[in-house]
Amino acid sequence: MSAVAAMPPKNYEILPKTSETGEPIGELLEISMGPHHPSTHGVFRMDVVLDGETVVKLKPVFGYLHRNHEKIAENISYLGSMPYTDRLDYFCSMTNNWAYALTVEKLAGLPVPERAEYIRVIMAELTRLQNHTCLIGFFVQDMGALGTPLMYAFREREKILDLFESVSGARMMCNYMRFGGVRCDVTPDWLAQAKQLVDGYGKFLDEFEALFTENEIVLARTQGIGVLPRELVVNASLTGPMLRAAGVNYDVRKVDKYGIYGRFDFKVPLGEHGDIYDRYMVRVLEMRESLKILQQALRDIPSGPVMDPKAKLRGFRPKAGEAYGRIEAPKGELGFYLISDGSANPYRYRVRPPSFINLTVLEDMCLGHRISDTVVILGSVDIVLGEVDR
Amino acid sequence: MGTLNIKGTEMLGEQIIKGMAVTARNFFGSYVSKERLTTVQYPEERLTPKENTRQFPFLVYDGDDWEKGMRCVACQICEKECPPQCIYIVKSKDKKPDYKGQSQLYPATFDIDISVCMSCQICVEVCPFDAIKMDTEFELSTDDRFGGLLFTKDKLAKSNEHFRKIHPTEAAAVDEHLAGEKARAEAKAKAAATPPTNPAA
Repeated sequence: MSAVAAMPPKNYEILPKTSETGEPIGELLEISMGPHHPSTHGVFRMDVVLDGETVVKLKPVFGYLHRNHEKIAENISYLGSMPYTDRLDYFCSMTNNWAYALTVEKLAGLPVPERAEYIRVIMAELTRLQNHTCLIGFFVQDMGALGTPLMYAFREREKILDLFESVSGARMMCNYMRFGGVRCDVTPDWLAQAKQLVDGYGKFLDEFEALFTENEIVLARTQGIGVLPRELVVNASLTGPMLRAAGVNYDVRKVDKYGIYGRFDFKVPLGEHGDIYDRYMVRVLEMRESLKILQQALRDIPSGPVMDPKAKLRGFRPKAGEAYGRIEAPKGELGFYLISDGSANPYRYRVRPPSFINLTVLEDMCLGHRISDTVVILGSVDIVLGEVDR
Repeated sequence: MGTLNIKGTEMLGEQIIKGMAVTARNFFGSYVSKERLTTVQYPEERLTPKENTRQFPFLVYDGDDWEKGMRCVACQICEKECPPQCIYIVKSKDKKPDYKGQSQLYPATFDIDISVCMSCQICVEVCPFDAIKMDTEFELSTDDRFGGLLFTKDKLAKSNEHFRKIHPTEAAAVDEHLAGEKARAEAKAKAAATPPTNPAA
């Protein structure tokens, strides 16, 4: 190195690295991990204040995908907002539809035929399978796996989306559940295909798990990071796998037993430490429990109608009143709160988005960790911006 | 599974090697087994669409003349029920006979803005005349930004033959239902035309 290059430029002051007492001095760096970012799972911004690489303060900023879903629902009929619910958590359209249909059925007191209940359970568990599989794929991509496991996950997801397309016509925005049943019946051919998929899924899960569960890199990056203690988790009203990873035994399927979940024999996996690794393991075990539910449902599905033939599609006016319906969506407890004033449009339509509420503890999880841990922690919260912003 | 808390112990990387075995099995397996090679080289190869797939609506007409045979009677139910309100209908001033022989109104203008349409299929579900159904064509991109995606009546009208080709089971059910309606209407017309026999005589 020449002597000229070694000299500092004239207008640059080199600050001392430590003060007289020996403490490091310097400024905190504020970064906006902005809405255009490959690892933020959508248009989501985090204002992070860093001391070196350690997070000192974190503020999540969302609203970039706000589409006025709740206001639109006040101006169109009840059936008309069903396609909009598909687009809330766009990975899991079937469960969004079911939550909304459940709320309207509670509001208007509509019964649901048994075959339709079984079909709803099958669709919801298939949705849970593909959501958790893709989530693990995205989660390891955030850690640097460069997308190969994500592509394995999408390969299996395509099989499930093919099933959704043969029954409802669309791969993702299914618009399949109706108030009082489902839109159309499934053929025995479809049931055979679903059974074939479910039987082969366990083998894929074994292979997929072999990539991550005991992988040293995953263990080093996820154990002990993003720990949430039990009291904080319950007080912040988190739900879903984040709640169960901290050890709280609360699954809406077991508590409410909505639909016919009381008939199925499945366990609820619980974590111990509440860190990222526990959330990942809870999701993997939940997938295996979903396979059990699916096998039972496909075995026991009765024949019969799937919708009341006298149910009105147009001119549906429930009596004045209010109802709150909730289900265990793959991301947490998805709830809809409807107030009806007796007219064809709802008076108030509110969505309880699990991703939004699970995000409120992001700062508590990230303080003290490094900025690269922030990305992995966000991946483990499992957000979909369509649901956070509605 | 228990807690695999091996952080802090010696990590030699053997699980990473096992993970690489999975990746290798997938990669080399894609040369051998069709299940592992799932990429479809679009647009040279295409997947066969499912029968129930839905993309954008079209108007069905019976017979060969698309204006005379169109089933739509401009009742405007689909326009009212459409959630993003992408259908625009103007009723005609005169009437024309439908497949049953009754004279009905028809749409003078029937526009669907497919850049707004979200393919929810509610218009198909609420149509009482089986006049609007879902098409399967999706390669509709155009660079004409002022009206290239606004489909007018002539672009939306497709024959019943096309409907039978893309959705065979649904078309068969609709044809059966309409034939039943026609037979019922004809029977009623015949009962009204024959003079009633005098029971007292």
